[in-house]
Amino acid sequence: MSQIALTRRGPELVAVRPHRRGGLKRRQAIASYLLVAPFFLVFLTMLVLPLVYAGYLSLFRDQLVGGTVFAGLGNYMRAVQDPLFLEGLLRMLKFLLIQVPIMLSLALLFALALDSGRLRLQRVIRLTIFMPYAVPGVIAALMWGYLYGPDFGPFAQAARAIGLPAPPFLGSQWMLGSIMNIVTWSFVGYNMIILYAALRSIPTELYEAARVDGAGELRVAWSIKIPALKPALLLTTIFSVIGGFQLFNEPNLLRSLAPNVIGVGYSPNLYVYNLAFVNQDINYAAAVAFLLGIVIMIASYAVQLGALRRERRS
Amino acid sequence: MRPFTKRPAAGLAATTIVAALALSACSGGASTTPTTAAPSAVSQAAIDAAMTTKTDLTFWTWVPNIQDEIDLFEKKYPAIHVTVVNEGSAHYTKLRTAIKAGTGAPDVAAIEYQYLPSFTQGNSLLDLAPYGAAKASGDYASWIWSQVSNGSAVYAIPQDVGPMGNLYREDLLSAAGITPPTTWDEFAADARAYRAANPDKYFTDYPGNDAGAFVGLLWQAGARPFGYDGKKTVTINLESPEAEKVVNFWNPLVKDGVVAVDPDFTDQWYQSIANGRYASWQTAAWGPVFLQGTAAKTSGLWRAAPLPQWDASKPTSGNWGGSTTAVMKSTKNPIAAAQLALWLNTQHEPSLMLATKQFLFPASTSILKDPAFIDEKSEFYGGQQVNKEFAAISATVVPDFSWLPFMDYAYSSYNETMGKAVADRTDLAAGLKAWQTALTTYATQQGFTVK
Repeated sequence: MSQIALTRRGPELVAVRPHRRGGLKRRQAIASYLLVAPFFLVFLTMLVLPLVYAGYLSLFRDQLVGGTVFAGLGNYMRAVQDPLFLEGLLRMLKFLLIQVPIMLSLALLFALALDSGRLRLQRVIRLTIFMPYAVPGVIAALMWGYLYGPDFGPFAQAARAIGLPAPPFLGSQWMLGSIMNIVTWSFVGYNMIILYAALRSIPTELYEAARVDGAGELRVAWSIKIPALKPALLLTTIFSVIGGFQLFNEPNLLRSLAPNVIGVGYSPNLYVYNLAFVNQDINYAAAVAFLLGIVIMIASYAVQLGALRRERRS
Repeated sequence: MRPFTKRPAAGLAATTIVAALALSACSGGASTTPTTAAPSAVSQAAIDAAMTTKTDLTFWTWVPNIQDEIDLFEKKYPAIHVTVVNEGSAHYTKLRTAIKAGTGAPDVAAIEYQYLPSFTQGNSLLDLAPYGAAKASGDYASWIWSQVSNGSAVYAIPQDVGPMGNLYREDLLSAAGITPPTTWDEFAADARAYRAANPDKYFTDYPGNDAGAFVGLLWQAGARPFGYDGKKTVTINLESPEAEKVVNFWNPLVKDGVVAVDPDFTDQWYQSIANGRYASWQTAAWGPVFLQGTAAKTSGLWRAAPLPQWDASKPTSGNWGGSTTAVMKSTKNPIAAAQLALWLNTQHEPSLMLATKQFLFPASTSILKDPAFIDEKSEFYGGQQVNKEFAAISATVVPDFSWLPFMDYAYSSYNETMGKAVADRTDLAAGLKAWQTALTTYATQQGFTVK
C-alpha cells in the first residue's frame, strides 16, 4: 500500500545483500526466512484466515427463521443500496476531507518548528505534543465526552458564567466536528513524530548551501524541507485515510452521551459492529465489512496515484 | 472460555443420572433430546441423585454480590460448585456468541424478560417444567408468569420485576403549589404550570433513548404492540388506538419544550436528577433504590406514588425491566442447573435476600407480602414505605404483555426512529410510524410472517 513511500525512503528495506560466497548466502537466506516466519504465521492465522472466513460468510444469508441459505452476492447488493451504510461512508468522507488536512498541517507545523532548532525545551515540547497519542482512544473519548458535556462540562459552565448559551458539542450539528477534534488531538503528535524523523534525515549540507545562497528559515522550509517530506506526508495521509474510515471508538463511546445523535450507522465500522452483535446479522455484517475494506483500498490507492501524478508533473 | 472441565466425576454423574432415570420407570430420556411433545417430569429420585453428585455449574449474572446467595446454595448442596461470572455490558453478546459457537455458554444465565423470546426462538433455553418449575407458577402474578412460559413450557424463573410508578420531589412540587398528579391530564397541566414557573427546570424528562420506558407506558395504556407465537409469526402493532393515545399525549409536551428530552442514564441525566432540574421521574420499582445511590444528597426530599392514570377509577400500571434466571439447553447438568434457578428465586431465604440485600424488586408474591420487605421505611423517601407502595402497584400491572424474538433490534431501531423524533422534538406520531416500518421490514427480512 505504501510501497512508494517505503522504497523511496528505505535503505532498511534491503534485507539481503548479495554475497560472493554461496554457502553464507544460503545460510543468510534461511536465517532471514526464519526471522520473518513468525510474522507470516500470525499474519496467516490472524488476518488471512479470518478474512477468507468472513468472505465465505458474506455469501450466505442466515435468517432467524429459515436458517442459512446461499445468497451469492445478495448481501453486497443489499449493502450498496443500504442508506445507513452509504450515509456512514459519506460522513467518513466528509470527516477525512476536513480532518486529515487540518491534522497533517498542524503536525507539519509542529515538526518544522521543532526542527528549526529555535525552540527552547525542545524535548519537553515534543513529548507534550506526542503525549495525547499515548492516551488510549477509549480514555480520550471518555475525557472529551466529559469536557463536551452540555450541563456539567467545563466549556458549558464557562460559557454560562459569561452569560452565553452552552455550545452544543454533542448536538447533531456539532457532533462530527467534536469527533474530528478528538481524533486530531489524539493523532497530531504521532504524525508529527513521523514528519520530524523524516526532517532529521535531510542532509544538513543542503541547508548550509541554501543559506549561502541567502535563503531564510521560511524559504528553507518551503523549498527544501517540505519537498523532502513528500514521502512521509504521503505515508501519514494514507495512514490517516485508513484510520479515518475505521472510526469506531469515538462515536461508540460518545453514543452513550448522545444516543439519538449517533445512530447505529454513524460510521461504517460502528454499523458493522451493530449489524453483527445487535441485529445478529453476521453474514450481512461480513459483506459490509468487505465493502468497507474495498472502499479503503480504493481511497488509499487514489491518494497514492494523486501523489504520483503530481510528482510526474513537477 | 470452556467452563466444562471434563472430570472423571462428571462422567460418573452422567451414568448415575441415566441409571436413576431408567429406574424411575416411564420417565424415559426426559429433555435430553429436544422433542416437541411436553417432556415428562424428572423424578425426585433423579433430582436427589443429581444434587448429591459432584458437579460444576457456571452462572452468568450481573447482580452484584449474588455470591452471598450462592454460598447458601453450596452450603445446602455441598456437591455442587457454582462459578459466578459477571460478563458486564457484553452479557448478551457473549451469550449469543457462545451459543452460536456451540461451546463456552454457561449452564445458568440471567436474562431479561424481553429477551427471552430471542433465546427460545433459537431453541437455546431448557424447558424447566419437567424439573419442577411448573409448580412455581402459583408464586407469581399472571403478568409475570406469562412472560416466562409458553403453554406448558417454562423457559425461565422470574427473579425481579419493574412495575412502574412515579417518583417526585416533594419539596419542589409543594414549592410550586402542585400536588402529585393522579391522572395523565393533571400531569400535563402540572408539567406546563411547573415549566412556566421554572424556566430552567422541567417537571420531568422524557428520554428518546429508552425504548424500555416507552414500552412500559404503552403497556400501562393497554397497548399490546408485540407478539410472537413461538414459531414463525410475529405481531407488530404500534398503531393501535392505545399506542396512539400515549404518543399523542407526549407529542405536544415534547414539541412545546415542556418536558426535557435528555437521554437517560447519562452524565447529563444523573446531574439533572441530583440537582433538581427534573421534579419527577416515571420509573420502575427498581428506580427508588437506584435513585438513592445516584442522588444521595437529596435524601428525604423524594416520594413515591403510582403512575398517573388514564382512567382514575381503574388504576393500572406497566412494567419496565426486571430479569429472570434461565438454563441453557447446552448444559451438561440440566437437573442441577434447573434446581439452582428454582432454588435461587423460589426459596424464601435467598429470594428475600435478593430483595433486601441486592435490592432487586421481587417478582415472587410471597416476598411481596413479607413484612420483612414491605414494612421497611425509607429515609430517602421521608420515611415512606416505598416497597409497600410498589408492591401494591405490582398487583395492578395489566397481564398478557409479550415480546418480539428480536428486541435487541427493536430497541436499537427505536433510537433511530421514535427516539430521534423525541430528541429533535419533531412529530412523535411520525417517529412511531417509522419504528413500525423498521420493525416490519426487519421481521420480514428475517423470515418471520408479520401479522
